[in-house]
Amino acid sequence: MSIGQPVTRLDAEAKVTGRARYTEDLLPAGVLSAVYIRGSVAHGRVLDMDLSAALALPGVEAVFTHADVPRLLYAPAGHPFSLDPDHADVADRLLLTGHVRFHGDEIGVVVARDELTAQRAASLVAVSYEELPVLTDPREAMAEEAFAIHPGGNIVKQDGFSVGGDVDALLAQADVVVEGEYQTPVTQHCHMEPVVAHAYMEDMERITVVTSTQIPHICRRVVGQALGLDWSRVRIVKPYVGGGFGAKQDVLLEPMVAFLAWKLGRPVRMALTREESMITRTRHAMRIRGRAGFARDGRLLAMNMDAVSNTGAYASHGHSVVSAGGGKLCSMYPHAAVRFHAATVYTNLPIAGAMRGYGSPQIIFACECLLDEAAKALDMDPLDLRRINAGRPGDVNPRSGKPIETHGLADCLRLGRERFGWDERRAAAQITQAAPEIRRGVGVACFSFNSGVYPVGVEISGIRLTLNQDGCVTLQAGATEIGQGADTVFAQMAAAVLDLPVTSLRVVSTQDTDVTPFDPGAFASRQTYVVGPAVKAASLELRARILNHAALMTGYPASALDLKAGSLVATRQPARVFMSLKELALDAYYHKNRGGQLTAERSVKTRSNAPSFGCTFVEVEVDIPLCRVRVTDMLNVHDCGVVINPITAKGQAQGGMAMAIGWALYEELLVDPRSGRVRNNNLLDYKMPTFLDLPDLDVAFVQTAEPSGGFGNKSLGEPPLLSPAPAIRSAVWNATGVKADFIPLTPKALFPLFRDAGLLEGAR
Amino acid sequence: MLTLSCTINDRPHELTIDPRSSLLDLLRNQGLTSVKQGCGVGECGACTVLVDDTAVNACLYLAAWVHGKRIRTVEGEVRDGCLSPVQQAYVDAGAVQCGFCTPGLIMTTTAFVQSCREQGRDPEDITPEDIRRAHAGNLCRCTGYETIVQAVRQALEQPDPSKMDTESTAP
Repeated sequence: MSIGQPVTRLDAEAKVTGRARYTEDLLPAGVLSAVYIRGSVAHGRVLDMDLSAALALPGVEAVFTHADVPRLLYAPAGHPFSLDPDHADVADRLLLTGHVRFHGDEIGVVVARDELTAQRAASLVAVSYEELPVLTDPREAMAEEAFAIHPGGNIVKQDGFSVGGDVDALLAQADVVVEGEYQTPVTQHCHMEPVVAHAYMEDMERITVVTSTQIPHICRRVVGQALGLDWSRVRIVKPYVGGGFGAKQDVLLEPMVAFLAWKLGRPVRMALTREESMITRTRHAMRIRGRAGFARDGRLLAMNMDAVSNTGAYASHGHSVVSAGGGKLCSMYPHAAVRFHAATVYTNLPIAGAMRGYGSPQIIFACECLLDEAAKALDMDPLDLRRINAGRPGDVNPRSGKPIETHGLADCLRLGRERFGWDERRAAAQITQAAPEIRRGVGVACFSFNSGVYPVGVEISGIRLTLNQDGCVTLQAGATEIGQGADTVFAQMAAAVLDLPVTSLRVVSTQDTDVTPFDPGAFASRQTYVVGPAVKAASLELRARILNHAALMTGYPASALDLKAGSLVATRQPARVFMSLKELALDAYYHKNRGGQLTAERSVKTRSNAPSFGCTFVEVEVDIPLCRVRVTDMLNVHDCGVVINPITAKGQAQGGMAMAIGWALYEELLVDPRSGRVRNNNLLDYKMPTFLDLPDLDVAFVQTAEPSGGFGNKSLGEPPLLSPAPAIRSAVWNATGVKADFIPLTPKALFPLFRDAGLLEGAR
Repeated sequence: MLTLSCTINDRPHELTIDPRSSLLDLLRNQGLTSVKQGCGVGECGACTVLVDDTAVNACLYLAAWVHGKRIRTVEGEVRDGCLSPVQQAYVDAGAVQCGFCTPGLIMTTTAFVQSCREQGRDPEDITPEDIRRAHAGNLCRCTGYETIVQAVRQALEQPDPSKMDTESTAP
């Protein structure tokens, strides 16, 4: 049984030898390079573009401006298509724009024989603008008199819900009511492979785009929409991807390279610089006001949240990010009434899109900060307060109205308390908390998440299995490997059903929309959960076909035959081996009178969405005079159902924890409020964690058996990022008595708080 | 154009290059696509290769400077169809995810392990802090670094091939 085994990633050897091919490693001969001409104001209208110097540069093949592109507004968000027009994504993009909405907006494109020439030509284009008011603060942008960044005004969407009871009445009855206003920053994915794509045509009709994307099938549809082409005229090829984290759950360069290849009839590539990649998509900054009412015994009665989300210059995923965060909250403490309201606002900042956690990190941060306020007010251990409120299996999720079959949060807290040594560490830290220089503190926080997008969007997944002549099985999935280990767990699932060693599975890692089964791609931590049932169905079907062929060969009925460890055996006497799978395969392919190629293909829609849970325990060391926080120990405990592969599961957890530490302590994209220019869109000035900034990261699992998951599993990709930040903020409060209602907790941001609290008196 | 000679993965090369090009361009043009461009300005370390056994960012290193030098990339670390001990350690420790930073990191580790041996350092004395400091020029967004630290530790604990007694095992 391969489920739960520490199987080495199928692509590990390809990647350590440098043989794994990424988009830029697959360039066609004669490829031209294209570079954007970017707006150099935060907000304005292009009055004139003088292209003469650019066009005169030797090696320049073409220049296009906003006047040359299709007048088709399209929505780049990487969501499954919706049949409901009211649920359509926000179509607010053109391939190039004459209305510059952020510093760096795309107003033209130069195509040249090499990248250096294209860059130089782009810099030679003189542009004059009518400058417009610059809005970077969503509160200003929401004002009635504010200049409209898009024709429909600056509020992209306002929505909300109220579930589980009358929130106002419960707050009025509560013994303790706490409140706060919490702020989170603009941050960036920092996938190591920048944003890259290229396109070419092999006839007069069809365009092939090779791209670093999480969502090949969605990408095909959006390129078709953006260019006004039938969707099947576009072919998307997705090779290995060097990280995405949500930035590539968006259609980025693909429509442009397709347009250029179509117009010029020659292969064209675009490879954004790191500086450009870092203003291509970001995480939404949010400001969240919250109130929560508790009974004296610690029971959370009701919570009210009001969030404002800054989506920047275009909607991208903005219309769904914040409400997704709110919606996924309700299964954590399901006995409480929750009212949630959110507004998503356009500003003149770079575009915020999908990023690991998709609104949940911000909402969980506010929720867990409120829990800590309550623990203080009630004089309770913050861990006990969460234990009291954690849901149990069978509780009804007040938002979905469905019972939560597996709810391991209380067990995660119990396991974490012991493994982390919560009580001992908390007591030991307390001794340091009057020290003038180095103080220690501990914190804890919880999260809930979902395992896909149903019922907000369709959940569809496709798997194709082919028995090869040598008895190995080729697996093709529409779901994408982007580094998380998806290919490996799909192989483990198929191997388990077919009773084959994992080494007998050949996974085609590349998605090619001409041949790959349909699946929207890697997002919402959906893939192991929704692909599992498709792998299971296809594997059972292939198994049945194999047994049917064995019946033709042996004369026994298929029911008397079984596939065990790669051999065809008698069901009642497994020791009696008729033939190997290879012998059967050769017969199926080459016998002149029977059989054929044995394949199985299944497309499965999932109509459930199991919540997953977990928590973070953290200890920090605070250097008071330097106002510097260091995480010394961190433990994440996850209920992700059955762990399919402990190596890749731990890898997901540690990566998410690392990204969360960056979010909590270091990372912020800094924008000049007047020019709208990003000051640190590079990996030197933007402080993503290095080797030296992170501690060892401990991970534990509480394994529940989720009945709706194909193999008992639930989501794990995004969840590890959700709870560390509020736990770190709590630990700093515990260490210093200083409560920050924002992240990142940088020395610069903490200094005024420490000074006002009198912590720096006497310090030199 | 400029003509130079160098060794790439143990093979002598005579190359004619654009004098403006970087070592990153040179190597990728030779088909050594393990050398990844993550930033182009020496921030991320994804293009790390060894020049005379010293780890350098190929994007910052002028191609013209490699005349007469010995260059190693991760493609050349596979010998006789086997992964190098460092490559194997990355596989075994689960230190690979998206893989884009992996070739550069493996070259940094290769140089680190080699220099520890040349200095006669006992692997036991090399702390996690030493490993982290030696790799701080390579960024990874997927792993949180801990599995990479473990891979480096495993690589350090492999027997040193230069100290193996090959005579007595000969027939």
